[in-house]
Amino acid sequence: MTTLIKSPAGRASARPGGRRPLTHLQRDALAGYLFVAPQVLGIAAFVLVPLALVIYFSFHEWNVLANTFTFVGVANFERFLGDPQVAPVMRTTGIFSVALVFFNISLALLLAVMLNRSLAGITFFRTLFFSPVVVSLVAWTIVWGFLFQDNGGVNGALELVGVDGPNWLREGPTAMAAVVIVQVFKNVGLNMVLFLAALQGVPQELQEAARMDGAGPRTIFTRIVIPLISPTILLTFIITIVGSLQVFAQIAVLTQGGPGISTTVLVYYLFQQAFLFGEFGYGSVLSLVLFLIVLVLTVVQWQLRKKWVFYEN
Amino acid sequence: MAGRAAIVKKTGDRSRTGRRVLFYLALAVMSIPFVMPTWWMIISSLKPISEIFASPPTLWPANPTFDGYVKAFEMQPFAQQYFNSLYISVLVTAGTMLIASLAGYAFARIRFPGQNALFLVVLVGLLIPSEITIVPLFQIFNTMGLINTHWPILLVSTFGAPSVLATFIMRQFFLSLPIELEEAARLDGLGRLQIWWRIAMPLAGSALAAVAIFTFLHIWNLYLEPTVYLQSPELFTLPQALTRYTDAYGGQLWNVQLAAATMTALPVLVVFVLAQKQFVEGLAQSGLKG
Repeated sequence: MTTLIKSPAGRASARPGGRRPLTHLQRDALAGYLFVAPQVLGIAAFVLVPLALVIYFSFHEWNVLANTFTFVGVANFERFLGDPQVAPVMRTTGIFSVALVFFNISLALLLAVMLNRSLAGITFFRTLFFSPVVVSLVAWTIVWGFLFQDNGGVNGALELVGVDGPNWLREGPTAMAAVVIVQVFKNVGLNMVLFLAALQGVPQELQEAARMDGAGPRTIFTRIVIPLISPTILLTFIITIVGSLQVFAQIAVLTQGGPGISTTVLVYYLFQQAFLFGEFGYGSVLSLVLFLIVLVLTVVQWQLRKKWVFYEN
Repeated sequence: MAGRAAIVKKTGDRSRTGRRVLFYLALAVMSIPFVMPTWWMIISSLKPISEIFASPPTLWPANPTFDGYVKAFEMQPFAQQYFNSLYISVLVTAGTMLIASLAGYAFARIRFPGQNALFLVVLVGLLIPSEITIVPLFQIFNTMGLINTHWPILLVSTFGAPSVLATFIMRQFFLSLPIELEEAARLDGLGRLQIWWRIAMPLAGSALAAVAIFTFLHIWNLYLEPTVYLQSPELFTLPQALTRYTDAYGGQLWNVQLAAATMTALPVLVVFVLAQKQFVEGLAQSGLKG
């Protein structure tokens, strides 16, 4: 028995070019493959395969009740083109993203500039502005839902200054504004911290030299500070835009896409179609649309990067 | 002369103090929408339902009660849901730290054929929001009979797209480590696994902290995935459970909901206040380098 098991291995090692002990480089490469394997296989199984399946599913119809799965060609795509809800959903998604990115980045930049000085208590204020980032998203959304009620805290505060507030979540335009407000205050802190880190990297000497040359604070800010922190602005832009396309919990908790479909963004529509109405084929088409939007945005931003970013280390 | 100089200096001081007061005032006013919701959540959770809607609203509960907190546990298996969120977040965070530091190390430090192609595969995970793959993932787990279990959340979060940013951060960190450290270890005959564990990892504290913080926050707040994968209340995670405190007519029970929301948000908030330096630096680092 022992000889039988041993002999093939013995013969293999005796053969020229056979199983010699691995070289240093080979062992290194093997370690490399083993180290990256969990992550690479995970991406293959949970991102690449599902991505291929999205395309496959989009040509099929899935009847959950009858448990049938049938090829329907481009029917789901035709449905998308003829769907009267698509235009308003796309418009809502666009308005939400533009509003969110605009308010988030300008407020974050303003706060970062205000807090970028060494005054007593400045850390305390940084903590305050950052704190919503660590508050659970759904908890944060629930309390804002409470504040946005007709007789809630927001209208209470408006009453103090003599304004009769709207019933925020019951009217289309204000419901949209409410969702943007909830999201802006939740995550501004994150962009603020990124901007603070970038501002601290702007050399003082440059600003002082410009001041000596007679440049005012505004010129210094637009001509020196902004160009120097432009890589960070681009980064926050990408993070915030892609993040804005993913907004789901806030909509589901605050408005369920309503009133009507006035706050139904693409992800919420996709969730509704696939998981509330069981339209998995049509949901896959909507997933593909989301994928294309993200892809285009990424490519455009990558191209813009060359024009935009004045300075990179 | 001296007197006049003193006067000039004094008025200068006064206008500077005045400007400083205005500056703090502006900051205080601007912080209201950032601070008030959390404050409102906590104090309202301590109010009896009649007081919650008192007009004008009060900033402090007149008759504090833990009624909402008791009801939160009575109406749903809240302790179980709390445990679900906690164990899922801890497990995924630990798993992500391990997988990301292994992969990050290999991509930064080891040369092997096909490395760039594999790194590109991993980067795809960074570019594709998980909402795009939720429909097929649901179907895959449905076929495997894993719907209404925690497995989809555990597996996808640890191995899939959410862990890619962590791998990226770890890679960036390991790229910045001086190579001499490892060369010395190699001469001493240490293998790759030992170099990773005994040389590289002990130095990676700040990067690992960043990974731990944002992974934990991300998983703790996950909402779409639990909503899609979980159906039984005893399997729910906290964000999902929070939205289910309603009366028989679907009306929201604000005091109970806000009590549960407070219990979800407060522990993380307390940890943040205690370790805020690490939090802010860690997140800044993850953002800058990711």
